[in-house]
Order: sequence, then C-alpha cells, then structure tokens
Amino acid sequence: MTLTSRHIQAYLLLLPAFVFLVGFTHYPAIATLIDSVMSAPRGGRAPAFIGLENYQAMIQDPVFWKSAINNLWFALATIPASMALSIVMALWVNDKIAGRQFLRMSYFLPTVMPMIAVANIWIFFYTPDYGLINQILQLLGFKSLNFLGNPDLALMSVTIVAIWKEAGFFMIFYLAALQTLSPSYREAAQIEGASRWYFFWRIQWPLLMPTTIFVLVNALINSVRMVDHIFVMTNGGPNNASSLLLFYLYEVGFKFWDRGYASTLTVVLLAILAIAGLVQFFLLDRRTHYR
Amino acid sequence: MKKFIKSFSVAAASLCVSTAVLAQTEVSFYFPVAVGGPITKIIDGYAADFNKNNPNVVVTPVYAGSYQETIVKSLTAHKSGKPPTAAILLSTDTFTLIDEDAIVPMDNFVKTDADRQWIKSFFPAFMLNGQIDNKTWGIPFQRSTVVMYYNKQAFKAAGLDPEKAPATWTELVEMGTKLTKRDASGNVTQWGIQVPSSGFPYWLFQGFSTQNNAILANAAGTKVAYDDLKTIEALQFWMDLSQKYKIHPPGVVQWGTTPRDFMEGKSAMIWTTTGNLTNIRKNAPFEFGVAMLPANARRGSPTGGGNFFIFKKAPAKEQQAAYEFAKWLTQPERAAQWSIDTGYVAVSPAAYETPALKKYAAEFPPALVARDQLPHAVAELSTHDNQRVTKALNDGLQAGLTGTKTAEQALKDAQIEATRLLRTYQ
Repeated sequence: MTLTSRHIQAYLLLLPAFVFLVGFTHYPAIATLIDSVMSAPRGGRAPAFIGLENYQAMIQDPVFWKSAINNLWFALATIPASMALSIVMALWVNDKIAGRQFLRMSYFLPTVMPMIAVANIWIFFYTPDYGLINQILQLLGFKSLNFLGNPDLALMSVTIVAIWKEAGFFMIFYLAALQTLSPSYREAAQIEGASRWYFFWRIQWPLLMPTTIFVLVNALINSVRMVDHIFVMTNGGPNNASSLLLFYLYEVGFKFWDRGYASTLTVVLLAILAIAGLVQFFLLDRRTHYR
Repeated sequence: MKKFIKSFSVAAASLCVSTAVLAQTEVSFYFPVAVGGPITKIIDGYAADFNKNNPNVVVTPVYAGSYQETIVKSLTAHKSGKPPTAAILLSTDTFTLIDEDAIVPMDNFVKTDADRQWIKSFFPAFMLNGQIDNKTWGIPFQRSTVVMYYNKQAFKAAGLDPEKAPATWTELVEMGTKLTKRDASGNVTQWGIQVPSSGFPYWLFQGFSTQNNAILANAAGTKVAYDDLKTIEALQFWMDLSQKYKIHPPGVVQWGTTPRDFMEGKSAMIWTTTGNLTNIRKNAPFEFGVAMLPANARRGSPTGGGNFFIFKKAPAKEQQAAYEFAKWLTQPERAAQWSIDTGYVAVSPAAYETPALKKYAAEFPPALVARDQLPHAVAELSTHDNQRVTKALNDGLQAGLTGTKTAEQALKDAQIEATRLLRTYQ
C-alpha cells in the first residue's frame, strides 16, 4: 500500500495526541528503565552504568519487601472492601427513601475532601484515650488502643481511611449504572415473586459487571497510588509497619536522592501494575456481558 | 535659571531611578513554613522592607511548603540549572547540599571585619550544623531546641512543687510516677511524661542520648555511634518509661497530637519544640511551666530548625545580594521580633539584649528557657546521605519503643545499616 495523502492527513491529525503520549508516557517509561541500571548522580559525578546492581540491592532491601508485603495486604483489604461497601451504599441510595439526596451527598463527601486534610482529622479519631474511636471503645468497656503507634494496628488503621475515602467515589459509578437499568426488570421480578437477594444476584449484579470491571481497575490502581495519608498519619512508621511501595519510592527518590534505585522501584511497580491490568482485562473482560 | 536647574535635577533624578530599575538584582528566596502563625506575611514584609533600604535589590520570597517540599523544589531547580538564589532549609541537610554541589560557603562573601564579626555573632550551638571543614555553609535563621512543658496544676494536685520541674532522670521517674493517674479499672487518665516518637524520633532521642553523654555522629558526618553502650542505655531509659515504670504512653506517640494531649490534660509533662510555645501559651486552659530537659550525666538537647543557604549556580551578583539580605535578616532587632512572633529562638545573644525581647521575656519568662539551655545543646544528628542514615536510627528507635526489638538489637541493626550507607564516604 502506498502512503496516500489520506494517510498523511490521518497521521497529522493524530500528531498532537501522539506528542503528548510520547512526552508524558513513553519517554518517561523508557527513561526510567535506563535510569534503573545507572548509579545515582551525586554532585559532580555523572551517573554510571552499573547493570542490575540496583535490582540486586532491591532484592536484599528489607524495607522494600516490607513495603511490598504491606502493599499486598493494603490492596487485598481496600479493593474488595471498598467495592462491596460502594455497592451496598449505591443500592441503598438508589431506593426511594427519605433524605436520599442528603445520604448520597454524605457518602460522596469523603471523595471531594483533600486527602491531606482528611488524614489530619483521622489522626485525631485515632488518638489514644480521648480520640473519637477510643472514646467509643472505652464506653463499651475496652481498653484504649494506640492505633497509629502500634506496629500491629498501624497498617490496618491507614487501610480503613483508604476504604472510607474510596467507597463513596465508586458508589457514584454503581449508582449511575443502576439508574440505567430498565425498571421493567424489577417489575418483572416482582411479578414473578423473586426475592430481593435473588433479584440482585441474578439480575443487577450481572448487568453491573462492566462497571465492576472499571471500578476494579481503578481500585487496583488506587491501591498502589493512595499514599497521601501515610505522609500525614504515620510517615510509614512505626518501623516501616505502614510503609507502602509508592511511599517508599518517594522516600528513596526525594529524601535519599537516589535516582537510580528509585527508578528501579518504579520499574517494578510498573511491571506489577501492568501484569495485574492485563490479567484483569483478559480474564474478566471475556466473562463480562456488555450490552 | 533656578527653575531650569530644578527641572534638570528632577529629570536627572528620574533618570537615575530608571537606571536603578534596570540594574535591579532579583533574589529569589524559597522558604518553608513549619510552625503556626502568619509566617508568609512576616516574610513578605521583610522582603518589602529590605527593598526599601536597598532599592536596587528585589527579594522575591516563594513559599515552598514544608521543609521537605522546599528542599525537593530547591534541589530539583538546582539540577535543572536554575536554582533559587537562597533558601531556608533544614540545617541537617547541609551535607546533602554539599554532596549535591548545590551551595556556596558564606566565606566567599566575608570580606570586612564587620562581616567576620557578624559570622561570630551567633550562638555557637546554632553554628554546629552549618560549619563543616572550617567553612560556614549556613546562617542560622529559624532555630529551635527541645524543651519540657509541664502542667503546674497537675503538679499541685499530685502534691509536687509547681515551680520545680524534674532536673534529673531519677526525678523524672519519681515525679512521673506521682503524676500518672489511673481510674478504677486501671485505665490511665493522665500520663506522667510523654515524648513523641512518630516521624522524626531521632530528634527527641537526641535529648536522652546527649544527657547520657553519647554523641550520635562525628563532625565530619562519616561515622555514627548508634550502637554505643551509652546510646543503648539512653534508648533503654526511654523504653523503660513506658515498659517498666508505666508512666509514658506505650508504643509510638504522635508528634502532631502531643501538644493537644498536654492541653487536654492527658499528659502532665511533654517534650516538644520551643516552636510550640506560642500555641500552648494561647490555648492551655491551665498554668504551665517550661523547663530545660532533665540531666543524667549532663544536661542536653539537640538544636533544630532551618538555616539560610546561598545556591552555587545563582549569578554572583544575586549571591552577593542574598548575602546582604541574610545579614539584614539576622540583625538583633529583627531576630528579636522574629522570635517574639514565631516562638523560634533568637539566633544571637545580642538579640536578647534588645529592649523588645527584654520586655517580652519580663512578661513571659518561659521564652528564655530555650536560650538558657543553649550552652548544653549539641548539633542535630546530621551525616552524609543524611535522611537515609537517620531513617536507620528512626526505624530502630520505633522498633524498640513498640517492643519489636530490644534496645540493643534495635540499635545494633541501625548501626549496621548506617555503616553500610556511609562506607563510600570514609
């Protein structure tokens, strides 16, 4: 096939988007890959090629493994919990109940508030002795807990904040999807005498599947992306108990100024995300019914 | 004729002004905000006043966020070739800035006797982190130390003399025990003592370690003494406060909520920065006292806070102007007012001799405690690859305080990590 003027025109039309895609996605990714096999530039010293030394250092780095395992738990908790919560909330505020607008707004509120502000408020919820949660615990006869200062509780505490923050955001998508479902399904189900659970499980849930895929991908991305509150609440402590991959990456890159090693961590993070994304699309997408 | 001369001189004057405008030197100045209060407004005021006195220099202050954000912005700008002319950054980042080849020593600009006098005018404790290899890299600007705040009302209730804070570790434990109150079911309603350990526990730990006669790093920033016997003892004492004597909250205590804990009466004594003085003074509903940290082998506290640095890649003319600005900023009267407005320690003894600060101190004597503690103060922990070497200690301290490791194990592990990181600087 020859290059016709039609082709040239098409490529010209694509050019602006292409420039941005290359400039902000492809070039940084390749530059990161190159940086990851270089030593960190310090002062006058130029970065030198060191092969896979950064990757070896990473495998031997206990803080990296701690952050990776923490991140796995963080993802395993936030993804299902925030999705389940968002469906329940969406189903509830989709019904015709009193104060529906108010409820919808309250559920969505955590999403619109900046994470840094929210984290500062949650610190006081978690404060030992007089914090909100501990006051309730003590009222019920339990002992006060040091949520953020106990290595066994710190990760759970920051996970809960993430779930609380995310659920409202996902609820919006479910709510929108629920409203596109034709009311005739519900009427038919009612005439047939289907139970509420049966109606949800056999009709609403399958029809919501495309939304679920979308939300799942987003939840996965957020589970490695949401670290703002770690900076405010624990700084990854105590003793890295609440450190997540991206948080550690920031520390290495912008506190330790070790660009080479930070790039190595970025490459690994990218690889994990890419694999997870591909698995989701190839396995789940096939089973999903799009209308 | 007279009229002509007049109009001529007006024209000449306006010509001068316009050439002055053309020859103006612009000094970009990054600064962080780390304490409460209208800091940005005060700094903008300084820039405007300086311009009034020096019409050919325009200082453009840029509020750059927290200390961490400010150094990220400054170093990123430095790496791209266009750094700010000057910035306020943590004094402990001096090694990092030197290793990145980002700053110039002040000695480059010290020419007259007055200049040499000025460099000598600061409290020696504040120069420790900024003077390396016989050069002065940073000028102290917003500096602090750790002090102890105590609740006089709680002292009275526990039968203690409200004018006498604990002066030794033994007294700290004795008084702390008396001040710890429990309800019928054994829950603590008031802790004796609280020392925060989230975020940067090394800084407060330097109180304990210095008091136990341990110095955590050498002046060259190439060696640390994390596993020194005295350092281990110091951590053991901090751990004992909660694990043995049960007068200190268990686990890691939040830095951010500690002043609040004090004002809520949950802790009778706290250690925190002098920078919280104004906040606690305004909000504590009871009478409180401020005291130096208690002594063991000696008294001791680290210094903290930010120094004024000049960047290497800035044009020479801008650097010179920034140097003049630094001199102007640290004049005794201005340093005194800055201290009153913010709670930071004024950086020179001369500032404490100014009428403004004398009057303030007479009204509010706790403002002098930080200064009186300065002779006992040591350099804040700072080494090459500073944040990483410090993180090794932070992790170790938190492991000890949460009971994950023994004091010895925690600090031995920290030492191994720090030694590994510092091997390239030997």
